Amino acid sequence: MATYVAPVPQITAHDAKRESKGWTSWITTTDHKKIGIMYMVTTFVFFCLGGVEALMLRLQLGAPNNTLVTPEIYNQLFTMHGTTMVFLFVVPMMAGLANYFVPLMIGARDMAFPRLNALSYWLLLAGGLVFYSSVFWNPPEAGWVSFIPLANSTYSPSGGEDAWIYLIHLTGLSSILGAINFYTTIANMRARGMSWGRLPLFIWTILTYSVLLIFALPVIAAAVTMLLTERHFGTHFFDPTEGGSPILWQHLFWFFGHPEVYIMVLPGFGVISEVLPVFARKPIFGYKAIAASTVAIAFLGFLTWAHHMFTAPIPEAILVFVMLSSYLIAVPTGVKILNWIATLWRGTVEFKTPLLFCAGAIAIFLIGGISGIFLATFPIDWQVNETYFVVAHLHFVLLGGAVLPIFAAIYYWFPKITGRMLSESLGRLSFGLIFLGVLTTFLIQHVIGLDGMPRRVYEYNDVGHLALYNAISTVGSFILAAGVIVTIVNFARSLKVGVVAGADPWGANTLEWFTPSPPPVNNFDVVPLVRSAEPMKDIRREIERRSTSGRSAGAATVPTGATQVGV
Amino acid sequence: MGHLLHSTFAFFTPLSGGSPNADHIDSLYKITLYIALVIFVAVEGGLMYALIKFRKRKGAVAAQIRGNTRLEMGWTVAAAVILVALAVLTFAKLGSIQNPPNSSPGGDELTGDSVAYASSERKLPPNGKSLSINVIGRQYIWQFVYPGADEPDGLGAPYSYEEMVVPTNTTVTLDIASADVVHSWWIPELGGKFQAVPGYHNYTWFKISKPGIYRGQCAILCGRGHARMIATVRAVPPAQFDEWLTNQKREITEANAAAKEARAKLNSQTGAGQVENP
Repeated sequence: MATYVAPVPQITAHDAKRESKGWTSWITTTDHKKIGIMYMVTTFVFFCLGGVEALMLRLQLGAPNNTLVTPEIYNQLFTMHGTTMVFLFVVPMMAGLANYFVPLMIGARDMAFPRLNALSYWLLLAGGLVFYSSVFWNPPEAGWVSFIPLANSTYSPSGGEDAWIYLIHLTGLSSILGAINFYTTIANMRARGMSWGRLPLFIWTILTYSVLLIFALPVIAAAVTMLLTERHFGTHFFDPTEGGSPILWQHLFWFFGHPEVYIMVLPGFGVISEVLPVFARKPIFGYKAIAASTVAIAFLGFLTWAHHMFTAPIPEAILVFVMLSSYLIAVPTGVKILNWIATLWRGTVEFKTPLLFCAGAIAIFLIGGISGIFLATFPIDWQVNETYFVVAHLHFVLLGGAVLPIFAAIYYWFPKITGRMLSESLGRLSFGLIFLGVLTTFLIQHVIGLDGMPRRVYEYNDVGHLALYNAISTVGSFILAAGVIVTIVNFARSLKVGVVAGADPWGANTLEWFTPSPPPVNNFDVVPLVRSAEPMKDIRREIERRSTSGRSAGAATVPTGATQVGV
Repeated sequence: MGHLLHSTFAFFTPLSGGSPNADHIDSLYKITLYIALVIFVAVEGGLMYALIKFRKRKGAVAAQIRGNTRLEMGWTVAAAVILVALAVLTFAKLGSIQNPPNSSPGGDELTGDSVAYASSERKLPPNGKSLSINVIGRQYIWQFVYPGADEPDGLGAPYSYEEMVVPTNTTVTLDIASADVVHSWWIPELGGKFQAVPGYHNYTWFKISKPGIYRGQCAILCGRGHARMIATVRAVPPAQFDEWLTNQKREITEANAAAKEARAKLNSQTGAGQVENP
């Protein structure tokens, strides 16, 4: 009798290549799972580097008029921190998760273009190495947004700025190739029966992430090329004395930079939409509304870039338009949050680590969303823009929208990737420290900003309670770091001694749990027919039905319609 | 209690109290804050409630609900209504934040040479009279150029660095520009910040009723000295301001004359080529 619980290989031995394990297998691989692991490990290393930079920034600001680092090093640190977290951690980490799970979740055997996929990874690594090699000479110091004219050759003559430009080019190329690959894979390689209305919500967000990257990246690629020619070949795109404009840079940068925010948070939203139903043991509330709001956010995300420029000399009509479009984007975002709460409502919520990180992510993202309303209101923005209020806002948005969901994803999918469970008690401890750390570090920063402290200053006078507030923030950043270290310990420990996970440890809904953990090279020997947005639930129900109604009923047929495909 | 509530929120509101535009931003901020707090408590409360109330218990069965179109439409519309209300509120407040009022009684008697021309970007008081000061950002100091040029192209105008002196009860309009990189003018108690961008002019205004010193600093990264690019505005009674301005102009003229003399002396001693006034 055919069974789909533990699929039997459908091919004869002489067709199967032995899976190679040596280090050369990693360098030469085109397997989406190995590439996915390399993405995730690499970006996690960059996350740790960016985190160390953040701790050094907070140490410098821990006391007023501190002299721990020079202004030069301080500027380099925040430039490296911002650039690393955006371009070398969040965006490629999402690409890593997508690499591993897009084919598995849609029932495909690999990405559409496996070799292009490998190229994407190696371009990312090259970008990271080029950028970090500047540490040995002159790191860039004009901020992750490279203010112009500050970043041109007159005011930033060192090569650090060029390292930044090459980083944008290399990681940008990596991302755009990856995006084309994801889009093609999702559009063409879904399992039989997986219509758009049955696509897992994480896949919806990766699809949207890919479209955003394809539209936004050419703009920043053009902009940094213009900066490069301005620095070395005497062009004047941004030079007002020759008819250029520094405002042009701000428009180009933020036309990319604002969609970039959604590029970072939408896949995080996708993770939340996958994890909540599994641990509430309830279907997602309003599948269509969540999928539609993802697309709506992406579209509106292209109309709001100038809200980063409210204090620049731009016409009032633009200020008004951008305020309203930024308000508008709060509607689909709010809808998502309410749908998530409704998903928990009347469920049976199991407090496993992935759920904790998702619930924490929603709680934190909401704070960032609300402070976003203040920043969208341009007269208020005139007071709080470019202060620690914005620093707090963007960290709540990105920690809640991207970083905590990434931790949720790691805890949720680690068993699938490694075949072993992470420790729940260490997971809970890690979540507790990270959540407490985020609140301690960043809530007080709203007040620091309201009290008049601008961003990107290496020292400040103890006016009011600024010394106390900054000390609180610094303590918080170390609590946050401790939480991350607990998770790293958890990884290392579980790889050796973690409980063996089995194919489907959570009783989850999507196809990646259909295959053994870790999945074989070909992912699936048989790909089941998809009949709803929760194929694994159907399969479990079918098994239950058959085991209770006796074996005679379904003899010799494969009711899920498993298709037999050779490798 | 009212006082306590007020002081609790003061901790969480922008600085204000120097100029009407800062005060209006503060009140717009506060109304937004009250609405935001209600949303914050409701949504975070709902999340906490759902997590605790519906935690896994023995015998509990999860309700298999897939959505509720009416409820979802309802909260979408509710979110939109809140945002429309905020937009209306902002437009209602916008005029008082953007448009400079006339000077108050007791302000400086502005004479003809301080006349500036209004444009779509540059707003002037209804009677057209304001003290117009050019603010120029450069690495890493602010320069302030006051009316009173000797020549039509603006040469010979009195100026000061780092500390701007202004008369009280007088509407001051600022024309903000940059000599090198992008800077951002910001004195929190006197209203919002505005970028100084090379090749562009940006405008704002303030009107101070209380004499005193108002502090701020450059608010956009402008290089290694960014943290030390500070600015102060010292508001003094109009008579004292006029006296200060006359004195400043005289001192600058004297210093220029002394420099010219020193250069001439140097030239005659060394016989080197003519050194131009830089």
